[in-house]
Amino acid sequence: MRPAFSVIFFTVMSGCGYGLLFLFGLALAFNPAVSGRIEGLVQLGVGAIFVVAGLLASTLHLGQPQRAWRAFSQWRSSWLSREGVASVASFMPMVLIAGCLWRGADATTLRALGALLAAFAAITVICTAGIYTSLKAIPAWHNRFVLPGYLLMALLGGAAWSWLIGEWTGGARAQPALIVALAIASCVLKHFYWRHIDAATPASTIETATGLGRFGRVRSVEAPHTEENYLTHEMGFQLARKHGKRLRNIALLLLGPCTIVLALLAITFQAPLHWPAACCAFAAAILVTAGLFVERWLFFAQAKHVVMLYYGGARMHDA
Amino acid sequence: MTMLPPPTSKKLGLVIDLDICVGCHACAVACKEWNDGGQFGPLPDANPYGAEPLGVWFNRVHTYEIEPKEKGAPAMTVHFPRSCLHCETPDCVTVCPTGASYKRAEDGIVLVDEDKCIGCKLCSWACPYGAREYSEQRGTMQKCTLCVDRIYNESFEEIDRQPACVMACPTRARHFGDLGDADSAVSKLVAERGGYDLMPEMGYKPVNKYLPPRPRRDGCAAEPTPAQEEKVDFSTSPLLRWIDKVLSR
Repeated sequence: MRPAFSVIFFTVMSGCGYGLLFLFGLALAFNPAVSGRIEGLVQLGVGAIFVVAGLLASTLHLGQPQRAWRAFSQWRSSWLSREGVASVASFMPMVLIAGCLWRGADATTLRALGALLAAFAAITVICTAGIYTSLKAIPAWHNRFVLPGYLLMALLGGAAWSWLIGEWTGGARAQPALIVALAIASCVLKHFYWRHIDAATPASTIETATGLGRFGRVRSVEAPHTEENYLTHEMGFQLARKHGKRLRNIALLLLGPCTIVLALLAITFQAPLHWPAACCAFAAAILVTAGLFVERWLFFAQAKHVVMLYYGGARMHDA
Repeated sequence: MTMLPPPTSKKLGLVIDLDICVGCHACAVACKEWNDGGQFGPLPDANPYGAEPLGVWFNRVHTYEIEPKEKGAPAMTVHFPRSCLHCETPDCVTVCPTGASYKRAEDGIVLVDEDKCIGCKLCSWACPYGAREYSEQRGTMQKCTLCVDRIYNESFEEIDRQPACVMACPTRARHFGDLGDADSAVSKLVAERGGYDLMPEMGYKPVNKYLPPRPRRDGCAAEPTPAQEEKVDFSTSPLLRWIDKVLSR
């Protein structure tokens, strides 16, 4: 699949934003006094900016963005529509928490709103993953690794930014130990995901696509058109196949070892100096986000669409 | 509304005979021509007369070669038109966030309401058959309409109320009808010839059916037999006997 930058930016940034908001909501639910006024507002604000930036970027992918409001209507069948509804709904607890932090509110209200925010953040990321897992025509997305992948990547991105904001404002933050755990989990999951998509036997072949397998081995000798069309342009993206291995290693390196080393450094040099941990947090947020961009680019670029079977003898495995 | 309607009793669709399709692309051209000017048009192209034209076609004709299972059997060439199969349970409809993509309850035709389409392209990702193509110029998704603006068009003679591709096919390889009615001509054709679904494993239950190429006649693969001298009886006609004699010199 062609990796459209607007969609990659959307899934990475809104993922980081919701990860951040989820962790903040959860922290509030457990301890309403976890965060001071300004510290809390910064956490919320950065989360909201990421989410809004992601949503705005996603409209760049549309041919008729002025009609985007229509996308809230079909939540009964469409994960994309559900994603839109959930993302807008998540602004309700965000605004209410901001109001409570600003004006002061009792602990129970903050607890409830924190839990609500965490729930909406999780639901929205689940819906984002649902857009991809529901597509049977793209086996690399229609499998059990994709939903946990989206959730973990959102958490890792959110945790890295939460840590940075915490170091910067002195408020609540994701602890470096949590980041180490999430980084390890993410790398393990991605490893199994890649192993799965590389090895899975495809249910569809050029023989089932044409129904001509009963006669023998089918091979395309002439495409319907001499130039590209929408399908070959959008779904026949080839570039990633060449550098796939290297890019996977880069993503793993950024999300795994780099992040883990930074978190461990911060744990080691925590006291009495403040700046080493702050520097580590800054580097970790940047590197994790960069790693997520590479990971998401590969998620699109390495996903093969079944329709390409019609365009060649290429099996889903062939490079 | 992108929820699927309850199963329709009327299932309008196409039956494509791969045995006699000659791969002339007349169906694809006729489709482009009709739909460019029809109710769902236009179908604009980027760079139409340049080196790399790019535009939406609802129908595409592939050509495949089949290496037979038996050694020494002749290779087959099959021309294969590909268009929307108007599936009974398609995901291209349910993934649509706006309600632009829908399946008609009355006859099962899958359509795009271009006034509601936001051009998110998700339906084209959901379709394994490549039936949907996005128009960069129009900013919306386009697809085969089964010529819904022809088949019910009362300003046409009854005989012309068929999809443009069916009308254009010079070998009558395309048939249009109600595949939900077991007694229709198309249903009988499917039953008789063993019409089949493309990618049944996807579970979308395509309405359109493909008729497999008939088995090749015996002897196709055998060594060509040496031409035998024809034995002709000219005894009845003196004129023919004379011509035969002259030509045989």
